[in-house]
This record gives sequence, structure tokens and C-alpha cells, in this order.
Amino acid sequence: MSSVEPAVVAENLRKRYGETVALDGFDLTVAPGAVHGLLGPNGAGKTTAVRVLATLLRPDSGRASVAGFDVVAHAEQARYRLGLVGQHAAVDEMLSGRQNLELFGRLYHLRPSAARARAGELLERFRLADTGSKPVKQYSGGMRRRLDLAAGLILSPYVLFLDEPTTGLDPRARNEVWAAVRELTAAGTTVVLTTQYLEEADQLAGRISVIDHGRVIAEGAPEELKRRIGADRIDVVLHRDADLPTAAALLADIAGAQPESDPDRRLVSAPVRDRMAALSRLVPALSSAGITAEDVALRRPTLDEVFLHLTGDQQEVVA
Amino acid sequence: MTALITAPPRTPLARLRWALADGWTVTRRDLTHWRNQPLQLVAGLLFSVMVLLMFGFLFGGAMFVPGGGDYREFLVPGVLALTMVFGVETTFTAISTDAARGVTDRFRSLPMAPSAVVLGRCTADLLSAVLTLAALVLAGLAMGWQWHNGVAGAFAAFALLLFLRLAMLWLGIYLGLVLRSPEAVMALQILVWPLGFLSSAFVAPATMPGWLAAVAEWNPLSATATAIRELFGNPGWGGQSWPSEHPVLLAVLWPLALTAVFCPLAIRGYRELSR
Repeated sequence: MSSVEPAVVAENLRKRYGETVALDGFDLTVAPGAVHGLLGPNGAGKTTAVRVLATLLRPDSGRASVAGFDVVAHAEQARYRLGLVGQHAAVDEMLSGRQNLELFGRLYHLRPSAARARAGELLERFRLADTGSKPVKQYSGGMRRRLDLAAGLILSPYVLFLDEPTTGLDPRARNEVWAAVRELTAAGTTVVLTTQYLEEADQLAGRISVIDHGRVIAEGAPEELKRRIGADRIDVVLHRDADLPTAAALLADIAGAQPESDPDRRLVSAPVRDRMAALSRLVPALSSAGITAEDVALRRPTLDEVFLHLTGDQQEVVA
Repeated sequence: MTALITAPPRTPLARLRWALADGWTVTRRDLTHWRNQPLQLVAGLLFSVMVLLMFGFLFGGAMFVPGGGDYREFLVPGVLALTMVFGVETTFTAISTDAARGVTDRFRSLPMAPSAVVLGRCTADLLSAVLTLAALVLAGLAMGWQWHNGVAGAFAAFALLLFLRLAMLWLGIYLGLVLRSPEAVMALQILVWPLGFLSSAFVAPATMPGWLAAVAEWNPLSATATAIRELFGNPGWGGQSWPSEHPVLLAVLWPLALTAVFCPLAIRGYRELSR
């Protein structure tokens, strides 16, 4: 395999369930060693795409390969080179962490001694060595997810698929999983990650495909995507609720665009073309109108805003 | 760590060895469950023994066997057959839990023989059936039950029992793949009871209303219970109908028919997972 060959390729994948079109011409190319985020709302087709790539689902048409092996025709070869960490911690509750890793190691056809050694290494690496012989039933959510991640890494896969790896985890456990993923990517593993959390994609992924209705609607580095919808934004947090309409009117005048108001946070926000000019006009305008601002900030759009802009769905405002 | 990757075997014989090895690995997973939670295993065995003791000593006094003979001699084969049918719960629970928790998907993403999950389930469940039968036989012997037709008859009887359990395996796998919710597990646990009682396991169908008696006589559980009573030389209930006069034939045909229907359905269930 030459080094320029992509680690993951999907070409025009299609998959439908009755009336529901899950994948509608899905394309993806991931370079070796890259971390690629698949970002999209529930039902966009992210999980279906990962299940096809991880050899769990047959596409209706199109083709896909992992490490150069076709996921349908050479599924077995592909399986030796991929690791899958799904939405549930797919481990056996009645076994200990160590027994789980040894079981999966044996099913990767490691010799018993090699499976045992590998289980030990992975428990150590994911800070589960102390609890390795306790049944998984007694593990916390974060520990289960770390064990699940370890099980996906038994053969040091060429490509690791992470399907919403932090869904349902508390912030502490989420940080643990992020740290583990960063370690892997530092060691050169190719990672394909699906997430609904824009922050997660922003934190971990070097490139992002935004998915909606079963196809990729935009792709690029996070910064590139943010630049693509152009404008920087100016945010003003007010001291008094009552000033919200006046401040919005002032900002509309300066920005030349209708600002968004968030009464809960006493925030008005608008896209601006010339950031410095807008700032230097806004601050005096506010003070001459007798409005006290608690915070004025210039920023790039968040991925949420990029996402909403791209999907055109204004109902799911998250930010 | 490419060195760790084993090339998948190419010759049919090597593939078979590979499939058997993977199947045994999956079986060992269940054996490890038993070792980790011996109490759960013991509780399962005690449950069957308790059913036997309850009917033998609590209700037994009020029971009579139409053809004459000791009720406990009549009862033991009935309970042996009953526990084989109840085994469907064990299979069902294991399959649906794995499917719901994503363990089935993990297995499917591994380069293991696809048959190993079924082979492993099959071996583990049959081993557990053997343990249950052993516990019941010991309890039966202790309460005065015996086989009277020699070791060959007894072996044939145990073979029929395990054959029924094997048929239940396919039903359990199929149901476990189709119905995955925890509520379905509950429903099945409740439904096996009427199915178990609507048979000749505990009482002679002759004591039931006509149409119920007919259902009970044709119940696969009754077929096996009646057949092994004959093979053990225990008293039967002596019905005049076709099923009660050809119990051994029916105890072979029923599991065959169930297997013929549910084995392909179970395999299709696994195939459907990738659709």
C-alpha cells in the first residue's frame, strides 16, 4: 500500500430503508493519519455511513474501502484493520475489563499469551489496571467508554471509527475520552468520528464533513468552514434587559444586518464585514445612548452557526 | 503492529478449524460468566429442582396417574422436558441482550468466523442444559424416581431431551434477534408458563376440557415428555390419540420441524442485520 493511498474512501454510497433514504450519494476521502469529523443532526446518516464503512451494513450501491480493502468484497481483511467504537459501550457486563479485552483479542486470533499481554497493556494505558479484574457492571460510564475504546484498539487498527463517542457522558468523562482520542491521533491512527456536538468536531477533527439528508453538504478544515460563511460576528452583552431593543437597533444600523437577540443572556449579536470599524463605531454609540455593556466581543462564527447556515434549518438553534 | 494480523485461512479445512476455534472462544465467554457468577448458575439449577420438589411434594399428593403408577415417576420426565422448553428463555435473553448492548455489532466488526456466535451460543446452552438435567436427575433419584429400561433407553431419552433443547435454541435466537426490548424479555418469561403447563408435563391431558386436551397432547413438550416416559419405563397417562400412541416419533418430528422453520429464520435474522 503506497503512503498516498487514502485510509478511507466512500464513493457515492446509497442506502435506503423503505421510504427513508439514509445515504444519498455519500462521498468521503480520509488521508492516512487524519482525524475526520462527520457532523450532522440526528438522522442525517452519520451512523449509517460509519456502519457501512465498518462492514456492518451493505450499501445498496456505491463502494467503500478501508486501508485499501473493499468493505463488502474483502470485509474480513478490512476488519483486521479497523476498530469500531459505537454509541453503546459494547462490552460484556458480566465479564471483567480484562476478560473482555482477552475475549476480543482471541477473536482477532491473537494467541492466548498475546491476547493476555495486549489486554494488560491496554488496561494500563486507559487507567483501568486497578479495576481490570472487577466486573464491568461495577464500572462508571466513563470507565465503560474507556474500556470500549480499548477494545477497539486491540490490533492497533489502521482506522478507528468512533460513533458519537461522548454521547451521554458527563463533562469529566468526555474530557477523558477526548484525551484518549488525542493520544491515538498523536500516534498516527486515522480516526473517523461522528458527532452532534460541534464543539467536539472543532476540538478533535482536522477536517469536517457536514452531513445532512444522507450526503455531504460541505467539507473542510474547521477554520475553513467558518471562513466560508464569511462574516465575523460582534456580540454585545448588556447590563439591563430594557436596553435590548435600542442596542439591537444601533447594531442593525452599524452592521447593516438584522441582529439576533437572546433575552435570556441579554445578548445581541450580528455579522459584520469590517470588524474594527464596527467595533469603533459601536462602543461610542452605546455610551451616547446611555447603554451599559457588560461585554463586547468580536469573534469568528461558531460551528453551530456554520452548521445552521449550511443546513438552512433555523429551528435547531443551539448557540 | 501489522505483525499481529493473521492471514484469514484459505483452505476449507483451515476455515473449519478457524470456525471451531472461534466458536469455542465464544462458548468460553459463557463458561466465564458461570465462573464469575456461580450463584446465578446455582440459582438457575435450583429453580428447576424447586419446580420438581414443589409438584412432587406439595401438589403430588392430590395427583393421580390415569394408567396407575407413582405420580413422582410420572412427574420427573415431565419436568425434564419442561426445563428443555424453558431453555428458550436463556437463549433469547443472551441473544437480545447482546444485540441491544451492541456486543453483536462488535462481534460482527471482528475478523472472526460469522458462524462462531451461533456455534458458541449452541455449545454453551447445551452445556447448561446438561447441567440442568444432571441436577434434576439427582433430585429425581433422591425422591425415588428411576429408569427401568436400562442405560440404552435412558441415553435415548436424554438424547431426545437435548434435541428438544436444540430446537428451542433456534427459536430463541430468532426471537432474540427480532424482539430486542427488555419488555419482550419479560413477556416471554411470562408466556413460557402457560405453554409449559398446557402439556402432559404435570397432569394427564385426559383431565382437561376436550379442546385444551387436544392442544396439550400435540404440544411438542408433551411429545418429548411422553416419549421419555416410555424410554425410561415410567408410567404414562395412556391416551388413545395418535400423538399419545406415537410419542417417540413425534418427539423426533417436532424438534425437526421447529429446527427446519427457525434455523433458517435465525440465520436470516443475522443476515438481516447487515441490510
